[in-house]
Amino acid sequence: MFEGIAGVAKGLGTTLKVFFRKKNTITYPAHKKQRSARYHGRHELRTYENGLEMCVGCELCQVACPANVITVLAAENDPNNPHSPGERYGYKYQVDLLRCIFCGMCEDACPTDCLHLTQDFELATWTREESILQKDRLVNRKPSGFKVPMNVYPPFEGRKVVKA
Amino acid sequence: MLTTLLWIITKALILAIAIIGACAVELLIERKVLGYFQYRLGPVRVGPWGVLQPIADVVKMLFKEDIINREADKIIFKLAPMIAFFTALSAWVVIPWGPGYAMSDPNAGLLVFLAIGSLGIYGVTLGGWASQTKYTLLGSMRATAQMISYELAMGMAVIGVILMAGSVSITKIVEAQAVGIYGYNWLWQLPGFFVFFMAALAETARTPFDLPEAETELVGGYNTEYAGMRFGLFFLGEIVHLLNMSAMITLLYLGGWNTLPFLSFIPPVVTFFLKVCFVIFVFMWIRVTWPRMRYDRLMSFGWKVLLPLAAVNLLGTAIYVAMFA
Repeated sequence: MFEGIAGVAKGLGTTLKVFFRKKNTITYPAHKKQRSARYHGRHELRTYENGLEMCVGCELCQVACPANVITVLAAENDPNNPHSPGERYGYKYQVDLLRCIFCGMCEDACPTDCLHLTQDFELATWTREESILQKDRLVNRKPSGFKVPMNVYPPFEGRKVVKA
Repeated sequence: MLTTLLWIITKALILAIAIIGACAVELLIERKVLGYFQYRLGPVRVGPWGVLQPIADVVKMLFKEDIINREADKIIFKLAPMIAFFTALSAWVVIPWGPGYAMSDPNAGLLVFLAIGSLGIYGVTLGGWASQTKYTLLGSMRATAQMISYELAMGMAVIGVILMAGSVSITKIVEAQAVGIYGYNWLWQLPGFFVFFMAALAETARTPFDLPEAETELVGGYNTEYAGMRFGLFFLGEIVHLLNMSAMITLLYLGGWNTLPFLSFIPPVVTFFLKVCFVIFVFMWIRVTWPRMRYDRLMSFGWKVLLPLAAVNLLGTAIYVAMFA
């Protein structure tokens, strides 16, 4: 009987100890927990230091996506007004967040490190159309610390005309 | 004659409003304290520290649809929560919360309190039966059997206190404990204190004896079919019953409004209030720690452990009083 009482008292002591401990409840949205560094959140297309987009419209992310979320249509760069330091750029870039499984395979597939999954997880919207992100919501114009790699992209001079 | 009647009605109204206010506060305190014990914050959204949560609860209950079963006995269905709430509230008439502050102090105040408190069981019984559902019937029958078994043990434990004080009036029992801190009855009536404490837990159907409303087993027990304010009345009745029992424990065993001599600058009402708060805290502490007892073990605990213990306590007290007093 006395070990029963001792057990009961020990239980009471445990709860009393917890009563005075600092609680680890995070009062969202006043405080938000920090995500991990490689957290798979919303997609973004990064840009170089000089303002050019890193996306060359190679459509590898579209191929790699297991859920067929990404739609890319590539177009040729106008040499006077290039969007990207290469021959082509992605002129239509659409990510359907309703179908996305946030696996990160598109981020792994991108050869220019353009596509990046941020730590933004608050993706609720009022309509379905708002969840399908077009290029205007995806391109991130903030400086990303990436410089144009000159060994990859030689200076672009326009299409060479092949003499027939 | 008329002025005394009006004065009595005013006092009764003030008491009723004060107790209902205390219920609302207890609702919030219970949720916060239970949360803190369980390593989480309780309600935090509704006001700073969640203080407006009871208002939100009351508004929610008032706006809910009042559903009555088709087969339910209409009169008794509506009557049961009223009985539960009314009897619990009327027991506050005889509880003195300070010297001379009782609304009425009959010579047999303790007996009156126990009698009115026992009437509250009708609310549970009739409520469960009137709903005409399997779960509620089972729940209410269990609850009734549990409550009447533990009433016996409670009564027998209380006789020990009556013998020690030599009177059935609650005020006299408290005054008989005014001998510093070692005059309080919990020390002299240790088995009786244990019995009364356990019986109070079982009376108010709190863990570990809360099988009547075990949410995981009987859906809601006797208050499954009650919605909106009817459920609110049952719930409030339960909380008032808890306040009753805490006040009784304080008055009978913890010395009521007596303090140590060097603390006598604190008004007696405040001391009483603090002691009742402490007892309620212990009730919540027990609720959050101990698992629920199985029903047959609960009944055997009440009949085979508490009742003999109370009888032994009574025997010892009677011998002591006969020989030394």
